[in-house]
Amino acid sequence: MAHFTKATSLHDWLNQRLAIDTLRRVLATEYWIPKNINFLWAMGMVLAITFGLLLISGIFLLMYYQPNVNLAFDSVNYTIMQEVGYGWLWRHVHGVAASVVFLVIYIHMFTGIYYGSYKNGREIIWLSGMLLFVAFSAEAFSGYMLPWGQMSYWAGMVITNLFSGGSLHADGLVEWIRGDYVPAQAFLNRFFMLHVLLIPLVILGLIGLHFGALRIPHVNNQDGEEIDFDAEAKKYLSGDKAGSKVIRFANDFMSKDMMVVGIYLIFFFYLVFYHYDFAMDPVNFDPANGLKTPTHIYPEWYFLWSYEILRPFSTNVGLIAFAFAQVIFFMLPFLDRSPNAVPASRRGLFKYWFWAMLIDMIILTAMGKVPPEGLFSTIGLYAALTFIGLWIALPFITKFEKKV
Amino acid sequence: MKELFILVVVTVFTLLTYWLVEPFAHSQMHKHYESEGFAYKDLPALTKKGDAARGKDLVMGAGACTGCHGIKAAGMPAPMDPVTAAQSYGVNPPDLSNAGAVFDPKFLAALIKNPAHALMVEHKFDPAKGQMHPMTQFYGAGGDLDQEVADMVAYLQSIAPKPEELTPNQAFETACGRCHAIHYEYNKEGELHPAWTQIGEKPAFKHKQDELMFEKNVLDYQDALKKYMGTLPPDLSMYIRSRGEHYIKTFVENPQNYLKGTAMPRVGVNAVAAEKVIEHLEDVGDSKRFKREEVGRNVMIFMFIFAIFAILWKKEVWRDLH
Repeated sequence: MAHFTKATSLHDWLNQRLAIDTLRRVLATEYWIPKNINFLWAMGMVLAITFGLLLISGIFLLMYYQPNVNLAFDSVNYTIMQEVGYGWLWRHVHGVAASVVFLVIYIHMFTGIYYGSYKNGREIIWLSGMLLFVAFSAEAFSGYMLPWGQMSYWAGMVITNLFSGGSLHADGLVEWIRGDYVPAQAFLNRFFMLHVLLIPLVILGLIGLHFGALRIPHVNNQDGEEIDFDAEAKKYLSGDKAGSKVIRFANDFMSKDMMVVGIYLIFFFYLVFYHYDFAMDPVNFDPANGLKTPTHIYPEWYFLWSYEILRPFSTNVGLIAFAFAQVIFFMLPFLDRSPNAVPASRRGLFKYWFWAMLIDMIILTAMGKVPPEGLFSTIGLYAALTFIGLWIALPFITKFEKKV
Repeated sequence: MKELFILVVVTVFTLLTYWLVEPFAHSQMHKHYESEGFAYKDLPALTKKGDAARGKDLVMGAGACTGCHGIKAAGMPAPMDPVTAAQSYGVNPPDLSNAGAVFDPKFLAALIKNPAHALMVEHKFDPAKGQMHPMTQFYGAGGDLDQEVADMVAYLQSIAPKPEELTPNQAFETACGRCHAIHYEYNKEGELHPAWTQIGEKPAFKHKQDELMFEKNVLDYQDALKKYMGTLPPDLSMYIRSRGEHYIKTFVENPQNYLKGTAMPRVGVNAVAAEKVIEHLEDVGDSKRFKREEVGRNVMIFMFIFAIFAILWKKEVWRDLH
């Protein structure tokens, strides 16, 4: 057992037992961050804060929500929204954060792609981030089911139908997932459990992994510069703060994080109080009705691009394309064969690849929502083919990139 | 400067995506109808000035209105209870106490002369096929038909509350409440209003038997209504959020625009009553809107101050780093 001496203060008492000084050094004061990173690198903190808001508001909602097909809709729209003190506030915070968190995730992802932050030793950061994206998607989808509104119900129907695998006709699998022939009580209970327990646990674990994955390769920077962190840290500690290329996480970078968070929260609470409906589909304020299909069924905006990759094709081809879209981002560090981890603007054809991918995904997102008719389905088809084509082209266009 | 440029790029792409999936997509999915301001231009204007006293005689006598309608404001109870009335006519004829305040005078006149036409349900009630509208058309009491109708309208207006006195609840009950239920209770000016059923507010019962009897009556009423309308008209508890103000207003002006062939009649409310109906739906489905604005203002002030301090802190910390 370690040797303990009589503590001289509470700090010393804790330090002997928890090594809080070491912990603080490793996690905050000597956790070195490159100086030349812009506000886009604060998206991690913005996501952490948003996740915190989701967690806290979710706990309050959990106190009054009823996971029962007959009570769920009213427990949300009447009990929580109207009877419980400030229930409306928690609900709007939760609903708005659920949507905004995806906007920030997409900004975070595209920042990583633009600056090459998935390359050269940072593959695990990218992979754990993508796993977080998948976990957040599952969390969002399972949460969307809970108010048991009309779009919840039909989204549940459509998404679980995907598991039949087209011509494979794995209908038994679909029933096994639902626990019934159609989304009903068993389905709601399962999704409730997934939403409030299992997936949040997975997310917390993945956040730990994502942070941990940063420790050795360190955060990338906006110039793609290879920094000798040990040498630069020494420079900083010797007092040459201005000359050092690195800064402490706390309070140096954290002060910038908090500045971005402060500005972000103005935008966030503006949405919560004055534009809360931007994220909530009006159709979902009709109670679920299994006998009445809505005229248009579409997922929440953040899933539209992958939905549109599925839609323009025949069932089997569509499912394969959809599966492709779900896994292909994981492969990015391995498909990008360029030796450079620098901003896209300084790279070869990748510069165009990046903007083409971004614009293509916005087109897919837009086409995923409009009715699949006429010009829209043609645009959707070409955008889906472009998406697949861009990924196939990636290894080839990056292979010939010269080292910069 | 570079960070500002990056912010502009991020904002532009975000707004573009938002515009595409919200206003643009919705404009492609749903046809947009402009409100006609409850002008009912297809109905003829009233050319005669009505006389309320003569109108009263007609409503009570030759017009035979009180054969089916109650007028509580004039001390006339409904001739039948709602369930029996619905079983006889398909739907309970409304009490006319507030009709003069809720409905447009042109619409009322047209309704008296030809209900199926005014209500825009001629596709459902074609006398040639023996499909008579349950409200009998008024053919006149022997004088000038237009004058008689104007008198009846004047009478209904004379007994109705003034526009500013009409409550949102009354507007809803008269215009929508015989077909649509609202199962959410709501608070208005400190007063709790119980859930609304098609046969009236659901009272608090002391005995379970009485409650079950009331619910049985509601179910019987709904059965008759379902038969008459083809389907049970939806509960409107959340309509202010599922449909929104614009849709509700333009829908009640002319349901046929949105749902060709629907059994839902044109309601014929005037602009003031339409506002009151919307207010009622907001009281029910968005009852915390005033609280939201009040808290929102304070939270926004707090967030601005927080952001200013965060910026100042960053500046302070980074002074040594550059």
